[in-house]
Amino acid sequence: MRIGCPYCGERWNDEFVVLGDADAMMKHPAEATFALFYDYVYLRDNPAGRHRELWYHQGGCRQWLVVTRDTLTHAVHGVETARCAAQDIEAAS
Amino acid sequence: MSAQPYRLATGGLIDRKRPCHFRFDGREYTGFAGDTLASALLANGVSLVGRSFKYHRPRGLLSSGAEEPNALIELRRGAAREPNTRATTIELFDGLEAQSQNRWPSLGFDLLSLNRWAAPFLGAGFYYKTFMWPASFWEKVYEPLIRRAAGLGRAAGADDPDHYEKSFAHCDILVIGAGPAGLMAALTAGRAGARIILANEDFAAGGQLHGDGGNINGTAAAAWVNGVIAELAAMPHVQIMPRTTIYGVYDGATYGAVERVNDHLLSVPAFEPRQRHWRIHARRAVLASGAGERPLMFANNDLPGIMLASAARTYLQRFAVKPAGRVVIATSCDDGWASVDAALAAGVAIAAIVDTRSEVDEALLSLGRRSGAAIYCGGDVVKAHGGHRVGAITIRNATGSNTRHACDGVWMSGGFSPLIHLTSHLGARPQWDEQLQAFVPGQNLPAGLAVAGAACGDFALGACIAAGQRAGIEAAQACGFSAPAAEPILCPETSAAVGVITLPRTAAGPVFVDFQNDVTAKDIALAAREGYSSPELAKRYTTLGMATDQGKTANINGMALLAAARGKSIAQTGTTVYRPPYTPVSFGALAGHHRSKDFRATRLTPAHHWAQEQGAVFMEAGAWMRAAWFPKAGESDWVESVIRETKATRSSVGLCDVSTLGKIDIQGADAGVFLDRVYCNTFSTLAVGRARYGLMLREDGFVMDDGTTSRLAPAHFLMTTTTSNASKVMQHLEFCHQALWPDLDLHMVSVSEHWAQYSLAGPRSRDVLQRLVDRQHDISNEAFPYMGAREITISGGLPARLYRISFSGELAYELAVPARYGDATVRALMAAGGEFGITPYGLETLNAMRIEKGHVTGSELNGTTTARDLGLGRMMSTKKHYIGRVMEERPALRDERRWQLVGLKPVDRSHRLKAGGHLVGRHEPAVTANDQGYVTSASYSPMLEQWIGLGLLSAGDKRHGEIIRACDLLRQSEVEVEVCNPVFFDPKGERLHG
Amino acid sequence: MHYSLWSVLREGLSGGKGWTPAWRDPEPKAEYDAIIVGGGGHGLASAYYLAKEHGLTNIAVIEKGYIGSGNVGRNTTIIRSNYLLPGNIPFYEHSLKLWEGLEQDFNYNAMVSQRGVINLFHSDSDRDRYVRRGNAMMFEGVKAEYLDREGVRSFAPFLDFDNARFPIHGGLLQRRGGTVRHDAVAWGYARGADQRGVDILQNTEVTGIKVEHGKAVGVETSRGFIRSRKIGLACAGNSSRVAAMAGLRLPIESHVLQAFVSEGVKPLINQVILYGAGHFYISQSDKGGLVFGGDIDGYNTYAQRGNLYTIEDVFEAGMAMWPGLGRLRMLRQWGGIMDMSMDGSPIIGLTPIDGLYVNCGWCYGGFKATPASGWCFAHTIARNEPHQLNAAYRLDRFATGHLIDERGTGAQPNQH
Repeated sequence: MRIGCPYCGERWNDEFVVLGDADAMMKHPAEATFALFYDYVYLRDNPAGRHRELWYHQGGCRQWLVVTRDTLTHAVHGVETARCAAQDIEAAS
Repeated sequence: MSAQPYRLATGGLIDRKRPCHFRFDGREYTGFAGDTLASALLANGVSLVGRSFKYHRPRGLLSSGAEEPNALIELRRGAAREPNTRATTIELFDGLEAQSQNRWPSLGFDLLSLNRWAAPFLGAGFYYKTFMWPASFWEKVYEPLIRRAAGLGRAAGADDPDHYEKSFAHCDILVIGAGPAGLMAALTAGRAGARIILANEDFAAGGQLHGDGGNINGTAAAAWVNGVIAELAAMPHVQIMPRTTIYGVYDGATYGAVERVNDHLLSVPAFEPRQRHWRIHARRAVLASGAGERPLMFANNDLPGIMLASAARTYLQRFAVKPAGRVVIATSCDDGWASVDAALAAGVAIAAIVDTRSEVDEALLSLGRRSGAAIYCGGDVVKAHGGHRVGAITIRNATGSNTRHACDGVWMSGGFSPLIHLTSHLGARPQWDEQLQAFVPGQNLPAGLAVAGAACGDFALGACIAAGQRAGIEAAQACGFSAPAAEPILCPETSAAVGVITLPRTAAGPVFVDFQNDVTAKDIALAAREGYSSPELAKRYTTLGMATDQGKTANINGMALLAAARGKSIAQTGTTVYRPPYTPVSFGALAGHHRSKDFRATRLTPAHHWAQEQGAVFMEAGAWMRAAWFPKAGESDWVESVIRETKATRSSVGLCDVSTLGKIDIQGADAGVFLDRVYCNTFSTLAVGRARYGLMLREDGFVMDDGTTSRLAPAHFLMTTTTSNASKVMQHLEFCHQALWPDLDLHMVSVSEHWAQYSLAGPRSRDVLQRLVDRQHDISNEAFPYMGAREITISGGLPARLYRISFSGELAYELAVPARYGDATVRALMAAGGEFGITPYGLETLNAMRIEKGHVTGSELNGTTTARDLGLGRMMSTKKHYIGRVMEERPALRDERRWQLVGLKPVDRSHRLKAGGHLVGRHEPAVTANDQGYVTSASYSPMLEQWIGLGLLSAGDKRHGEIIRACDLLRQSEVEVEVCNPVFFDPKGERLHG
Repeated sequence: MHYSLWSVLREGLSGGKGWTPAWRDPEPKAEYDAIIVGGGGHGLASAYYLAKEHGLTNIAVIEKGYIGSGNVGRNTTIIRSNYLLPGNIPFYEHSLKLWEGLEQDFNYNAMVSQRGVINLFHSDSDRDRYVRRGNAMMFEGVKAEYLDREGVRSFAPFLDFDNARFPIHGGLLQRRGGTVRHDAVAWGYARGADQRGVDILQNTEVTGIKVEHGKAVGVETSRGFIRSRKIGLACAGNSSRVAAMAGLRLPIESHVLQAFVSEGVKPLINQVILYGAGHFYISQSDKGGLVFGGDIDGYNTYAQRGNLYTIEDVFEAGMAMWPGLGRLRMLRQWGGIMDMSMDGSPIIGLTPIDGLYVNCGWCYGGFKATPASGWCFAHTIARNEPHQLNAAYRLDRFATGHLIDERGTGAQPNQH
């Protein structure tokens, strides 16, 4: 599998560490309530199909990326930096 | 030495000037360079080459290539022995040694061939129905017998003496296969300027052209191939890779390949690999893998001498070997008739030609008549007769009467199946093409992959070449090259390879479908009858296609039989999915250099050589090698060294290399805020020039890591992590910053390897330091108290950082210097400490001293402990939010019965305490219900002069003073221990402040 | 029909024409007393034990493909009960005991082979962890043996003892661990369940779960609606997708674990050996192929395939552990989709929906659990409450914090 890093170009997935569901993990609850944190820490949509997920370019630029990838075909449909994605989330909330 | 009685006088792509002497089963033979082991054996009249898996039936060569199910041999000897090697793909070399396998005592006389008489009881899945009585006999009797009988060749049983390596390649177009379609695709795209890799599993380019000859653009096929290869070789942007198999397709247009760099030589030249694994990224790929011929299904169709017609032609024309003297040609397609001319040209007599189709082209018939053979249209082969070689076959004509023909060979063609394995590696299902009577590439092929030539059903040479050209143009254009328009290629029309799959009509004997695994037509029918009727179930139940050839000659016939048994069409039942690899790949190639000491990188600290000079014993700590202890003459084990090192440190001064600690440099206006969020305690209030112990939780509330973090300037922190979590913490912090709080103004970088760091511990540590630290830096107790952190210079201007922190509980410092000064600094410290008897100590002493002080490490920070469990609950701030705070409040994490950190002291001071024992009440039996925790760490304590340990004990905080047992049932030891405060030595911490 | 020496002889002599289907291919009924979604090992075992232990025979197993097409047919066939934590050991030990009597129980030879499982350790801290684990087993009455370096050598002299990057310090041996012919497990349970009246509905896909007033009432399938008041989900790999049909979100991610088999060779290795300094474990099948695997690829996926990096990682570890493997060849590789749970342990129990039960989150430990999983799930479904053996595997443990985290890596599924 190859991930197109916005900084380093397209690289094999060996260079990356994958963390998981970006939509779940980047929405750090603003309120410190148990229910919100339980969802945040434990529950996942786990879709079959397009999935936005966090990849860390550990063997490259050390940037966290949000990769839109299909979990059925492994096709990569888009990559952006987590920094940009996080700012979008912040702007939206 | 034999004289190659079956070698034709002329022809072939062999070099008759380069004879190769070889041995098979101990006998000496001679072949020529350019032979395969198979062709050389045939040239010498060796037709019995192997035994089948289950019935140990005698087997000869079925094919001439990678699909070979029968001719598996053990190649080479000793540690280099390779079992299950296909004789058809081994390039002959002088000195080659091979032997037959899976037979005893010899290939000619194999006792287990008696299995054939038991065959009625050994049908598909027989073992699921038997060997159950009595129950205890399975492991004791049946299984050992089965295991010995099963298996194929013998592994060498010794370490592989050869080397392997890995390479990576990127190209515009990967062309897979150098037959007519592949060559044409590469040539066309190469001329357009695309960067091309042309991979060919064979050592010679040309594919089936060498078996079938022919004429391309007025040139003989062989000359055409040479011309194309010469032109490609002259293009600097084209890489031709013979002996290279593309074995798998992976996501992201990634192709796995193995190049057999030196398998064609007697021994691997120095400094070269035996094989090289390639990971290739190709923008486009052209699969031109050709097609494979299918056997016909008749009784005893597995006898030696019966081979695929295309293979026979390959032996005749490429290798100039006569596989038989008098043959029957049996076919269900026009292509089989191509063998008539080939046979006649080589002086092979044709006893009969049988075509399962009733209507055969008149031109073919007249060709057949000229040969003098008896011709049967609409007939079929009923049965082959013979022992170690076919001696005759019985043919049934269209009207149903049988005739027996003597022969020593049968050349059969059941039509061709495109070799489309690679197309389904990413999940695309093959589709049945009724017209072609074959599975062809389905929808959703791997992105960028196109299929051309016979692999796509273009069996005729002209169509095949045209398809290759088209594929080359399209691929080049897709990569942005302007390719020329297709040029017409002139080829004589060749026979069609579309064969009708003909099911066996009678049961005159076993009809083999999967030759290697001895799966018969009857087995397939049984599977269907018993309900194992989907292709995958039938495959698993009968083992169809699960042998080392992966059913290349078997699967399609098997699927046809299965469909028929279920009363359905092949299109309805479908086929099994092809999985990588296309052909088996050696462990060595996939491992490359990653074995022995080179399995993983080894990290050495800057003081490594110094420690070696001191005679240190090293231990692996993750990727690091760390000094474990520094034995002195007369010390018999590590405990004696630890006692000396500890006492020297606690009484004067010791030195320990702590360079492996993770170090993260964090700078920015919001660094303090950031640390407050990632640590459970507060850092924003830390004064410049001070260090603080920090505890980091995971979001689920458990402890993740600990370490000290220092504030070197208002907007500059230096964090340390445990050695093992260094990269994990870095990754976590980057995540927190980039993905959660990108607005925080800070930057961070890992500086773990930039700084060599030494712990100086003991009452004289300051005295030693003062000899090195430049005068302007006051490190007196007053000016630089406990938990001070400062940038200083040493040795006349060398920038360094000094932290007054302690893991040992002594007055202690950690001195960090740029890594390149690490070696010089450790030597300078040792010299400066000489008069104080400075003693280097290793991890064992570090461990003993930290246990004496009740400090936790990875054994206690095991991912399931909370801050409270470790007695660090008060570190969790109640005044701010931080990662892990909310989930730490879950009831189970605050349960009073949780296992908490305690000290453990054997009641009998002479008893040894070991880590891993479980804790139970003093008089309770050691069973799960009474399990109250375990010993996490243990060491001999030089100061207490007894073994001590740390443990996690249920409600341990409240149980100090209680006597319990540490039970190590595994090592048969039980120790009564007193639960105590985990701080064994200097509980008030007075020595820190000295 | 019953398999016996007699039946094998009789059919052998009569050309095998008398063998009957191992299971029927029935038409679905309109209603069942219980439905199991998923015709893999766990689902079939659940149906088998529901029928055998609880007398519930009007039940159906609904499978979208063919039986055993999931992970029971694509694993490395290892069975063992060498677990660390109290919630796990009794369960896996129960499973091992069921394995030990399985063939006689369901009259099908699944080739349960207790050849021994050895976990290698390569450092003092590894050793301490394995000693802790071995003691946890011994406390439960499960025999474990501590091997020092020479002890390991006596079992497996071919390992790299002399030149390893991570030297072998010793190992933990469980002699009762071993391997099983994996496909036969699905087939044996299917046949046994079918004989007791269970309808196995292959090529039938569940497309919806109908819930009324907080109670499960049936499933929509590709062959129509089927009513039932008890619905058990045993579809690891696809648990999230199926549970979502009932509106449930699970603490699970789907990941791929690759496995491999080599060409067949004469007996080479007797035990199952698990490397401790890399991701690698290996055994040899009765047919002669070396069966081995490593770590999950690490990314969410439903495609039954992995990537080259993980493959290479497995072979590197293999060669590091056993340098004699170099000239043997990988014959086939495949991938299975794992339910990776948030603490690395399974979930068998009730859900917030009445009559809907889940059996999921097996990570890569599901195969060895098959008998106990089916046994406990059957109990849970029949009694509407967990058995003591699966009481710790509650779905709500993540909320309460009663986690069963053997590796201590926290809510990070791809690290378990």
